[in-house]
Amino acid sequence: MNHQKAHPIRINQTSLRPSEEVARETYAGRISDETIEYIGILAQLELSSEEKEQAKSDMEQMLSYFDQMKELDTEGIEPMSHIFPVENVFRQDVVADGSAREEILTNAPREKNGCFQVPKTL
Amino acid sequence: MEITDLTAASLGKKIKAGALTAEDAVRAACEQIRRLEPVLHSFITIDEAGALSQAKAVQEKIESGELTGPLAGVPIAVKDNLCTEGLRTTCGSNMLEHFTPCYSATAVNRLREAGMILLGKTNMDEFAMGSTTETSYFGATNNPWDLACAPGGSSGGSCAAVAAGECFCALGSDTGGSIRQPSAFCGVTGLKPTYGTVSRYGLIAYASSLDQIGPIAKDVTDCAMLLDVIASWDAKDSTSMLREPCDFAGALGEEAAHLRIGIPVNYLKEGLDPEIERAIQEAGEALAKRGAVVEEFQMGLADYAVSAYYIIASAEASSNLARFDGVKYGHRAEEVLNLHEMYKKSRSQGFGPEVKRRILLGSFVLSSGYYDAYYLKALQARALIKREFDRAFASYDVILSPAAPTPAPRLGESLQDPMQMYLNDVYTVSANLAGLPGITLPWKLNRKGLPIGVQLLGDCFQEQKILRAAYVLEQSRVFPACPLAKSDRIKESGEGTVR
Repeated sequence: MNHQKAHPIRINQTSLRPSEEVARETYAGRISDETIEYIGILAQLELSSEEKEQAKSDMEQMLSYFDQMKELDTEGIEPMSHIFPVENVFRQDVVADGSAREEILTNAPREKNGCFQVPKTL
Repeated sequence: MEITDLTAASLGKKIKAGALTAEDAVRAACEQIRRLEPVLHSFITIDEAGALSQAKAVQEKIESGELTGPLAGVPIAVKDNLCTEGLRTTCGSNMLEHFTPCYSATAVNRLREAGMILLGKTNMDEFAMGSTTETSYFGATNNPWDLACAPGGSSGGSCAAVAAGECFCALGSDTGGSIRQPSAFCGVTGLKPTYGTVSRYGLIAYASSLDQIGPIAKDVTDCAMLLDVIASWDAKDSTSMLREPCDFAGALGEEAAHLRIGIPVNYLKEGLDPEIERAIQEAGEALAKRGAVVEEFQMGLADYAVSAYYIIASAEASSNLARFDGVKYGHRAEEVLNLHEMYKKSRSQGFGPEVKRRILLGSFVLSSGYYDAYYLKALQARALIKREFDRAFASYDVILSPAAPTPAPRLGESLQDPMQMYLNDVYTVSANLAGLPGITLPWKLNRKGLPIGVQLLGDCFQEQKILRAAYVLEQSRVFPACPLAKSDRIKESGEGTVR
């Protein structure tokens, strides 16, 4: 569908920072270097400078399209995180599959004395 | 007729009657796989030895009367995001290239209990993120109808394998159309059940509030029978639904009388391939001829579905994929200074570009400052879209629409513009947002010989209605078998990349 024509990409020169103040204006605009840096930290991803530039332009393009949602009146609409009314599902706290340690550890990149091994943390 | 031309139902019948054995079926499928995989690449992992030993055991149980189900002895392929005990499960990612689960997904266990035989694991977009199967770390799958085209995605391997007769049916997963869209591109029948119908336990999560496992098969009957096998409430999936017992295969009948069919005319607008638009009109006429009431209507909010979907799916993905940190399983980066760097480097090396794009987007829309403007707004849009469907289903039993705006794209064309690729999911994502069941079945070939599929959506828990309508459509047309599946055609169709 030719949505892109109907919603041309709007580039706003204002640099966005992850602050409440800016977000209140709710537009995609330009994604700043700081924002990409911050999102990389949240996502636990190390991005090369090329990847950062690509991510910026991809995200700007996607967010400009997503901004069409702003025209939708959602005043008083309950956000729907799940399609059916779900409740907590309880069960007895009984171990049913506790003997798989050896099998589970076969997938561990590093293992020591029956535990997952990780680099020194201190 | 070759064994590989049989549907799952007719193969099951022949095995039950003693005309064929499960081992015959596995051998025929493996022979087809050996012949076609060099040009198709539908599979990531093929387990011929395992399949043969399963077949032997299953055949004994069929003969002893222990296994009596209609699909006992039928070989099946499973998408590689479903955990299979002892059989590598990669999710199409470098991250999980060497991951071998120590348990099976509930859906896979249900197949085994029914006596079905696992042939191998099918190719898919990495972590099911993509619409062409081209984001797979293991390379693209070719469309069996035209090897230069993509099979669609993300369950492209499963759909291509079924179309080419490499297996008799398959499992896929559908988060935003990943069963229905590749089914349309490959000329097979694929069903996404109502959310919660099939347990997601053992399905590597992409977007948990949208993911659903479903059958991919040669026809509507096979789809219904396979759904009968895999549908189940499961204590291990807290979102699985305890449904009234239903006999999906039993719902099929040629009668379409009393079915009210709605065609959302605003879906059939600029950007839709004219041949596909005509196919929808023809399918509507075919249903009307068989006694259905077919009307056109306006479906509201269609323009917001893609935005809401990609925001919600990416947000959930960024959370679900946080578990891949190189500690317990999956890729771990070497030569790191500390734990934190290990997390970052392992993830950066393990994930491909499309997965990173969605994790970044998801992290962004969930971050403080943007949460309300994007994530919360998308959840509200989702509620409104659900309301629109409730309104539509008050008037109609089934919504008839395209599965995709175009036929299968050529390989290499889609990934250059990710946003355009996302927009092409416009016909399928709404069903996931609203939890609805949907089925795609092949209607005809276009002028270039590529399959055109039509999609039928039903209200939640109304699979029987879309199956009935789909069965009526299937009976009212003749759709050819894929030429590549025939043994003598392989040499002629060598234009695709041979791996």
